[in-house]
Amino acid sequence: MPVASDPRGLPIWRRRTTRQEWALWLGWLALVALFAVCWRLMTENTIWAFVFDAPRQALDIGSRMLPPRWSYVDQLWRPLWDTLNIATLGTLLAVLLAVPVAFLAANNTTPSRRLVRPVALLVIVASRSINSLIWALLLVAVLGPGIAAGILAIALRSVGFIGKLLYEAIEEIDGAQVEAITATGASPAQIIDYGIAPQIMPAFAGITVFRWDINIRESTVLGLVGAGGIGLQLESSLNTLAWPQVTVILLIILATVIVSEWVSARVRAAIT
Amino acid sequence: MTAGAPRPAATRHWRRPPLIKDRRRRYGLYGAAVAYLVAALATVEINWQRIADGLDRGWRFVEGFLAPNFSHRWDDILLGMEESLTMTVTATAVGILISLPIAIGAARNLSPPPVYLVCRAIIAVSRSLQEVIIAIFFVAMFGFGPFAGFVTLSFATIGFFAKLLAEDIEDIDESQAEAIRATGASWLQLITYAVLPQVMPRIIGLSLYRLDINFRESAVIGIVGAGGIGATLNTAIDRYEYDSAAAILILIIVLVMAAEYASSHVRRWVS
Repeated sequence: MPVASDPRGLPIWRRRTTRQEWALWLGWLALVALFAVCWRLMTENTIWAFVFDAPRQALDIGSRMLPPRWSYVDQLWRPLWDTLNIATLGTLLAVLLAVPVAFLAANNTTPSRRLVRPVALLVIVASRSINSLIWALLLVAVLGPGIAAGILAIALRSVGFIGKLLYEAIEEIDGAQVEAITATGASPAQIIDYGIAPQIMPAFAGITVFRWDINIRESTVLGLVGAGGIGLQLESSLNTLAWPQVTVILLIILATVIVSEWVSARVRAAIT
Repeated sequence: MTAGAPRPAATRHWRRPPLIKDRRRRYGLYGAAVAYLVAALATVEINWQRIADGLDRGWRFVEGFLAPNFSHRWDDILLGMEESLTMTVTATAVGILISLPIAIGAARNLSPPPVYLVCRAIIAVSRSLQEVIIAIFFVAMFGFGPFAGFVTLSFATIGFFAKLLAEDIEDIDESQAEAIRATGASWLQLITYAVLPQVMPRIIGLSLYRLDINFRESAVIGIVGAGGIGATLNTAIDRYEYDSAAAILILIIVLVMAAEYASSHVRRWVS
């Protein structure tokens, strides 16, 4: 135990040894230095006049946003329906793609640990690293603006998320049940159907609903790059500086997100 | 055989129990799902002609991925990456510094109700909107460039970090806090000797996790003008330079993978 002594020679408890204290201080010094360097590089081209002007700008925008133009709500139902469809259909498509990928990636179900598993893991990582807005940016360039690009963007981003959580769930199953089904002479498909599927079903349903909730959030902004939904209205209102409409859209988005979060929490509580 | 007696085993069949027990509820849910799918698919307008035209460009993008061009826009990529990385580090640091007191305030076992409510409200506001939407406003306020991105990411970090840390603080072992309190410790001493040691692994883990998220988000908020690699990517796609875009995406994937790998190592080492 690290102990120092006071002038009378009595031992005093200390939390760390001298060496530990030095290491701690050096670590903090390195972190602060890193922060200083990054701050300098980042603010190199910053125009400080704009930064100090920010509170005035905020007040200005705030005063333009109020009062909200409530009559605009009538034009938002259709985009809201589209947003819901993008999220739901995208999640469904992602589930269809992610289930086989998860089975190929899980250590205990993959046909080949050397060849197939790394490919499946690469698919999962690539899909997870790229945000759905970037997927949408690409797909709008390829497929043209519209809901189709949005659905595909959500699906491509969700494959990695669902695939990762699902293959972790598959790896954690109880092997004894699989062995019991195998002992009855079941075919590989039957083993998956009766030995593995019942064990991962609750996790699978939870993951899907959780991702659907995230997708609702993400699909509200996909329109910013032209991929359909309520984001399109947001983009056009911002471009025409129609701030009262922006307020209405943001409130609608907020309400949608809260409702979807509530639904997802309810469903997940019911499952587990 | 009398009525009600079990049938002989040969004619009985085992059926697996359904996920939803109540039959009416089950078929109701199935019906609703089918009705929704029909309604949704009927209203999705897909321009097949346009998609068929796009397949050609899609193929060019796949080609770009197979032969990414790092050299053509290398200077832009380097600048974008520098902005993204510096933005990520500064925003994570500032965001965490601000969220620490808010997390303590939002923990029910440490704070009086008024402070608790105020801190929970701050967290709710920060979590409610997407980073991209927040970025639009901060770009309008602070002007284009990485500073707006820095403010956006710091703001978004607060909600995430403070919420998860507050939950961890609420879960601490109360007996340790009581022991420290019994020595006559002040409130500050209570935090440093009873609470902090218990939540420190969580703080480090969450910081690394948020660093990872902030880097990914920094690639997105550039699309609305908040600087970083996202701005470079947006330009590359707007100019149909798919080989440069593919190079940027590959760099993002590699960096995210490296960050994830490193942070999982550090987290295992801490806990």
